[in-house]
Amino acid sequence: MNKTVNPNELKPADDNAPLYAARKKVYPQSVSGTFRRIKWGLMAFCLGVYYLLPFVRWNRGLGAPSQAVLIDLPNSRFYFFFIELWPQEVYYFTGLLIVAAVALFLMNSIGGRIWCGYLCPQTVWTDLFYAVERLVEGDRRERMRKDKSSDPIKLERIYEIVLKHSIWLLIAWWTGGAWVLYFNDAPTLVKELVTFQAPMIAYVWIGILTASTYVLAGFMREQVCTYMCPWPRIQAALTDEWALNVTYRYDRGEKRTSVKKAAELRALGQQVGDCVDCYQCVAVCPTGIDIRNGPQLECIQCGLCIDACDNVMTKIGRPKRLIGYDNDINIQRRQEGKAPIYRIVRARTIVYSAIIAAVGGIMIYTLATRSLLDVNVLHDRNPVAVKLSDGSIRNAYTVRLLNKSGYDRVIAIDVEGPVNPTMHVVGVDSVTPDRPIIVVPRDSTSELRLLVTAPAENNPEKSIPVRFHVMDIGLGVAASATDNFVTP
Amino acid sequence: MTDHSEVDTVTGKSTTGHEWDGIKELNTPLPRWWVIAFYLTIVWAIGYWIVYPAWPLIASNTTGLFGYSSRADVAVELANLEKIRGDKMVALGAASLADIEKDPALLALARAKGKTVFGDNCAPCHGSGGAGAKGFPNLNDDDWLWGGTLDQIMQTIQYGARSGHAKTHEGQMLAFGKDGVLKGDEIVTVANYVRSLSGLSTRKGFDAAKGEKIFAENCVACHGDGGKGNQEMGAPNLTDKIWLYGSDEASLIETISQGRAGVMPAWEGRLDPATIKAMAVYVHSLGGGK
Ligand code: SF4
Ligand code: SF4
Repeated sequence: MNKTVNPNELKPADDNAPLYAARKKVYPQSVSGTFRRIKWGLMAFCLGVYYLLPFVRWNRGLGAPSQAVLIDLPNSRFYFFFIELWPQEVYYFTGLLIVAAVALFLMNSIGGRIWCGYLCPQTVWTDLFYAVERLVEGDRRERMRKDKSSDPIKLERIYEIVLKHSIWLLIAWWTGGAWVLYFNDAPTLVKELVTFQAPMIAYVWIGILTASTYVLAGFMREQVCTYMCPWPRIQAALTDEWALNVTYRYDRGEKRTSVKKAAELRALGQQVGDCVDCYQCVAVCPTGIDIRNGPQLECIQCGLCIDACDNVMTKIGRPKRLIGYDNDINIQRRQEGKAPIYRIVRARTIVYSAIIAAVGGIMIYTLATRSLLDVNVLHDRNPVAVKLSDGSIRNAYTVRLLNKSGYDRVIAIDVEGPVNPTMHVVGVDSVTPDRPIIVVPRDSTSELRLLVTAPAENNPEKSIPVRFHVMDIGLGVAASATDNFVTP
Repeated sequence: MTDHSEVDTVTGKSTTGHEWDGIKELNTPLPRWWVIAFYLTIVWAIGYWIVYPAWPLIASNTTGLFGYSSRADVAVELANLEKIRGDKMVALGAASLADIEKDPALLALARAKGKTVFGDNCAPCHGSGGAGAKGFPNLNDDDWLWGGTLDQIMQTIQYGARSGHAKTHEGQMLAFGKDGVLKGDEIVTVANYVRSLSGLSTRKGFDAAKGEKIFAENCVACHGDGGKGNQEMGAPNLTDKIWLYGSDEASLIETISQGRAGVMPAWEGRLDPATIKAMAVYVHSLGGGK
C-alpha cells in the first residue's frame, strides 16, 4: 500500500489493473478550509440563482409577461430581463453555446477542471446531498460503522434512513419544481401546482427531475463523473503543461514517514518528506481516490484534499500546500532545484479569451442593434409569374411582417426593382395607390399575400431582383427583404 | 450439483467452470434490482392483458376491464377537432364574402381551408397553384369568363359551367365549320381578324373588311361589338392577351370550326356551403379577381 509513486518512474506493468472494478462506496469526511469555504459560497450562489430566479419580476408593460427569465414555449418567446428573443433569433443561443464551450476551455487551461470541482450541477447537488447525509447519519467513521454493522436494525437507525431519504427527496422535488417555473409565470404556477390545477406536463417534468436528482446525487454520485460524463476525456485533450491542477508535490512529500520518525530523522539532519501518511487527503475525497498517486481521471479537482492536508501540516508545524494547485512544469523545475513559475497569460488563454470576446461582442452588438421590425418574403412557386389581360406581368409573394415591439405598428410597403410596378395586398384596400399600408399588432406577425404587377414591355428581363421596403410610418423604422420578379 | 467453481485470482470471483479457448467465464449473476425489475414487468404485462383489449378471439377480441379501445379514442379526438373547428367554420359560414376578406383572421382561415380543398378537388384541372392549362382557366390572372368578383367566383364554384345543374352557367362556342355555317376560307379570314383585335400579326393579304363583316354577322352576338366578350354568356374577351385555347392561327381555326364547351362541375351538394365560401375567397385571393 505505502508505495512511493513517482509518475516519471511508472512502468507499463504498473498500469495492469483489471478493466472492471466493482464500486467501492465512498464516505467522504467533512473538512474545513479555504477551498471548502469557496465551495460552500459557490453552492449557495448557484442554488440561490437556480431556485429563486423564476420569482424575479421584470416589468415589460401591459399584456407582456412580467417574469425576468421566462421560456414561453406556447408563444415561442424567450425572455431574459430586458432581452426578448423570437424563434428567428435562435442564433443567439448558438452564440451562447459557443461562448460557454470556450469559457470551459479557458477555465480548463487556467485551472484544470474548475468546472467539475466547483460549478457542475452534479458536483453541487452531490455535495449538498453529502451534507445532508453527514447531518443525519454522522461523519465518515460513523457512517462506515453503521453500514458495516451486523447488529439488528434499531428503530433509531430506521428513523435516520427515512429522514435522510425524505430530505433528499424534498430537495430533489424542489429542484424539479424550480425547473418548470422557468416555463410559466412562477407565482401562478406555484399556486396551480399546490391546488393540483397545473397542466399534466408540469407534474411529469417535476417527476422526471425529482427522480434524476435523487438518483444522480443520492446514489450515482462520483460514478457519473467517472463513467458517464464525457468531459473528463475531453478535458484531458485540452489541458496543457501550464494548467493548474490539484497536485501532490511528491518531491516535497516523499519519503513518507510517521510524525515521530520524521522528527527524529530531521533532528539527525536527514532528508525526510512532509507527508505523514495520515490518509486525510483520501478520507475527504468525494471520488475516493488517493491524490498522491498522481493525476487521475477520477479527480474532479475540488481542492478538498488541499484543505485536509493543510490542516495536517498546520498541526505538525510544516508549511502548507503539500497538496496544492500546481502544474507539470513546476514539478520538473522543483526537482531541478529551480523556482516554480506560473503563467496564466499565454497563447492558449489569449486565443480562448479572444474568441469569447469576439463572439460575445458580436452578440452584444447584434442585440443592441436588433431590429424590432422585420420582413420575410417568399415567392409563389406555382405559378411563378402570371400574364394579365393587358399583357403585363404579375408575381405573387407571401410577405411576413414581424413586429417585435410592444406597440402596434402602421407599416407601408414599397417595392423597388421592376419598372412601373403596382402593388396590391389581398384583403387590403390601399388608400395610397400602390403603397399598401398594414397595421401589425404589437409582438406579433402578419402574413400577407402581396401581388406585384409590372408592364411587360418595360421589364424585358427574365428575372429582376426586387427589394421590398417596409417602414413604420409613425416611427420611420424600416426593414427590407429581397427576392425576384420573374417574367413568364 | 457438482461444484465447478474455482476462484479467479484477478477479480476474486468464482467461475462457472465453463471454458472456451482458455477463457473462463466468471460467475456474475444478474444484479438483484435487474431481476426484480424483470419480474415486475411480467406482473405488469399480466395486468395489461386484463385491463386492456388483448386476446384475439375467433370473431372479436377481449375488451379489457374498462372497455378501452384506441379506435374509440380516435373517434373522440376527431369529434373534439370538429368542435374546435366547428366554431370557426360557423363564423366563416355566417360572414359575408367581403367581410371575410376584410378580417385577417377569417381570411387566413379561409385561405388555409380553401387551399386544402382546392388541392383535393380543383387541382386536377386547374393545377395545384391554380395556374390552369390549355382549356382550363388560369385562376391567378385577371381574365374571368364568368366574372371574377367574389360573388361571381362563388356562383361559378357552386353551380359550375355546363354542369347540368339547374342554375349552371350556360353558353357555348358554336362549331361554325362542323355545322357548315362558315366555309374554310371564311374561317381563316375571321381567325385572322380576331388575331388583329388583340394586336397579333395577321396572314399576308388577309381581307380585314371581309373578316369584320363575318365577325359582325356571326360572332358579335356573343363576343360583343369589337370582341370585348360577355361574361353573362362566358364569351371570352378577344381583345386581351389571354387565350384559353391558344392564340395562334391554327388553334383559332380549330376553335372556330369545332366550337368549345369546357365543363366545370357544380360543387354545391358535394361541398358544404362554408367550404365553398372558403374556396371562393381562396380563389379570389390568388389573383385578387376582377
Ligand atoms: S483528489 Fe482531491 S481534488 Fe481530486 S477529487 Fe479528490 S479531494 Fe477533490
Ligand atoms: S493529508 Fe497530506 S500528510 Fe496526510 S496523507 Fe495526505 S498528503 Fe500525506
